[in-house]
Amino acid sequence: MSDAILLAHGSGGRLSHELVKAKLLPFLANPMLNRLDDSAIFEANGRLSFTTDSYVVNPIFFPGGDIGKLAVCGTVNDLSMSGSKPAYLSLSLIIEEGFSLGELDLILQSVKASAEEAEVIIITGDTKVVNRGQADKLFINTSGIGIIPDGVDISGANARAGDKVILSGTVGDHGIAVMTQREGLKFSVPVESDCTPLNKLVAQMLQVSTKIHCLRDPTRGGLATTLNEFAQQSNVGIIVEEDRIPIAEGVRAACELLGFDPVYVANEGKLVAIVEPDDADRILATMKENPYGRNAAIIGRITNDYAGKLIMKTKLGSSRIVDMLTGELLPRIC
Amino acid sequence: MKFIDEYQNSELAKGLAREIANHSTKPIRLMEFCGGHTHAIMRYGIRQLVPRTIEMRSGPGCPVCVTATSDLDKAIALAQLPGIIITTFGDMIRVPGSYSTLQQAKAEGADVRVVYSTLDALEIAKANPKRSVVFIGIGFETTAPTIAASITKAYQETVENFYVLSLLKLTPPVMRALLNLGEVKLDGIIGPGHVSVIIGSSPYEFIPKNHNIAFAISGFEALDILLCIDKLVRQIESGHPKVEIAYSRGVRPEGNAKALELMNEAFEVDDANWRGIGVVSQSGLKINEKYRRFDAEKAFAALLRFSPSDEPASESKGCRCGDILRGVATPLECKLFGGLCTAEHPVGPCMVSSEGACAAYCQYESPRDSENFGGRI
Amino acid sequence: MCLAIPVRVVSIEGDEAEAEIGGVKRRVSIVLTPEVRVGDYVLLHTGYAIGVVDEAEAEETLKLLEEIARLSEVHR
Repeated sequence: MSDAILLAHGSGGRLSHELVKAKLLPFLANPMLNRLDDSAIFEANGRLSFTTDSYVVNPIFFPGGDIGKLAVCGTVNDLSMSGSKPAYLSLSLIIEEGFSLGELDLILQSVKASAEEAEVIIITGDTKVVNRGQADKLFINTSGIGIIPDGVDISGANARAGDKVILSGTVGDHGIAVMTQREGLKFSVPVESDCTPLNKLVAQMLQVSTKIHCLRDPTRGGLATTLNEFAQQSNVGIIVEEDRIPIAEGVRAACELLGFDPVYVANEGKLVAIVEPDDADRILATMKENPYGRNAAIIGRITNDYAGKLIMKTKLGSSRIVDMLTGELLPRIC
Repeated sequence: MKFIDEYQNSELAKGLAREIANHSTKPIRLMEFCGGHTHAIMRYGIRQLVPRTIEMRSGPGCPVCVTATSDLDKAIALAQLPGIIITTFGDMIRVPGSYSTLQQAKAEGADVRVVYSTLDALEIAKANPKRSVVFIGIGFETTAPTIAASITKAYQETVENFYVLSLLKLTPPVMRALLNLGEVKLDGIIGPGHVSVIIGSSPYEFIPKNHNIAFAISGFEALDILLCIDKLVRQIESGHPKVEIAYSRGVRPEGNAKALELMNEAFEVDDANWRGIGVVSQSGLKINEKYRRFDAEKAFAALLRFSPSDEPASESKGCRCGDILRGVATPLECKLFGGLCTAEHPVGPCMVSSEGACAAYCQYESPRDSENFGGRI
Repeated sequence: MCLAIPVRVVSIEGDEAEAEIGGVKRRVSIVLTPEVRVGDYVLLHTGYAIGVVDEAEAEETLKLLEEIARLSEVHR
């Protein structure tokens, strides 16, 4: 086989089959996928959840992960946020002609490792190759199916006055890890992407409490955007104490240097939970026992005032309204 | 983080707030000149920590906000020339010119790259010898020496394909122009901290002398701003306005001689066109004779669709950025604010730039709530 | 105009220095602050050190603020 992906690898012919057999199956093999039928067949009972996401991150390799890990964790997490147990994923690759097979190996390795950690199986997939210049190295789409246990009802519209807001850990790690790798913005940062599968953390939380109203992972747009979404969906106000938000020192420093507000920076391994006040401490304690929740903290509460808005209380005693992120996060000089 | 965290101490902030309240006996109006201060004042909720009798207005110290529409149009036109790579600070990307933005140009195929530093722009030039790299040089005296340094470096290292579109502006001249306009009565000015690191404190002497206005240079952490306000209140209450440095760990009275030397090396002072204000004499920096070959405006004049000395393009109807930049109006008084002009769909630069007064108001206060909101939660 | 962050100078090589804050590192230009020494803090603006932080003054300012906090309590 050549060192790089050729257009022929995506044309459905012999080279395509070679690619699947020699490159993809070794990493992803499982009884359902191995059949290589046009569609995977499975049985399921009860309520199902279904989600899809495409991954176009640049650069494709970054401290703490790569596009492969991101593609699995992102979709696993989306499923988890409805309280589902993630079960099956599809994996679609759109590869730019000339992409290195060595790099493809590394990414598939990540996909395999992340799927194993999350205990999901990839049961169907697709590979396309486009002309040089028509894709930025590699785009991945994953769709996922999860099974929602009985009695679980989690939705962004369920927040009620009095509820507490719990954040599972430090914010801004992923965004800073990725952004500081880009041309024109190179800083050496002691920060890695927090990209992780959160399904087990969510399962543990659901085991200790039936009073979790909302769950979401604050990805692009950051914590502030997610909390605004909740505020609008539930038509409540959310008050957050700024100094309770956990932020790693390196992230804080990078944000100062580039002029970013950490609450707008992307995360890939964190969740926000809105829970009834009586269960808040118990849920928090459980989260802290999980390595992905070790820095969890109660950061705020829900109120009927300021409906639809997120209010940030500074440690100086003043407050401000924090809106969703508009446009892109760009470094500023002013 | 040293020299940042200590100046966010909440106990000391409360102390300053008490101090200001103890000494402030009458309503006064202060203007913060610098966009970074507008942003910090909103971020830390400074208005809520000082008595309501201290009114704060924003001034024209946001380099993005005051870039003339015609200059922005030049930058966008340059972006659309074949073979050009535009390098710019992030602040400029979404600002609307007459007909487009740099972001829009990028979407339409122009090569526009956001950089953190002019050093990055120089690197891009060296890495792409067959293309022309133009750096969009916005900023005040804080940024001017860094742009001068990149030009002299390009000269020394004979980088042939590096150009700068100088849109640099100077602080004391526009302050002079604004105060001479006399449109808004001010009791004190919060002076720009990092501009003053470069130019020192003496260029501001005319403010207390000629206009009887209190003046103190402020840093950017919450305690810095509160300390500055405290000093201004004292000056005003005593009736003895002067120039004070409330950011002594950063600002020396004599400024940064080396930085000023480099500015003089590469630039000469010229008239400049300020959005919302118009032409202010001797208020901008142009690349001088010795370094003219790095001047993007001269190098590409023939290729641009209009000449460098065009009339300023028209402002959008109803947009009050000009009034807001001169401190004559607050964002809440602009009819477009929060309606036709929002952060997502900005009409004028004050909404686009993160230090623009309108963006700050939008991000941190809502038009409907700002009456009720100022209080404790 | 305004975003300049205090960073610590870790090493110097000609007209560049390695600077650090909160574990984040970057090469910066010191052409505007040739007098800087290793261990100094400089104000970093768009990749250039624009001034050296006066640590004695910083100390003085904090003392002043502490004084103000004490005295204003008494006056209430």
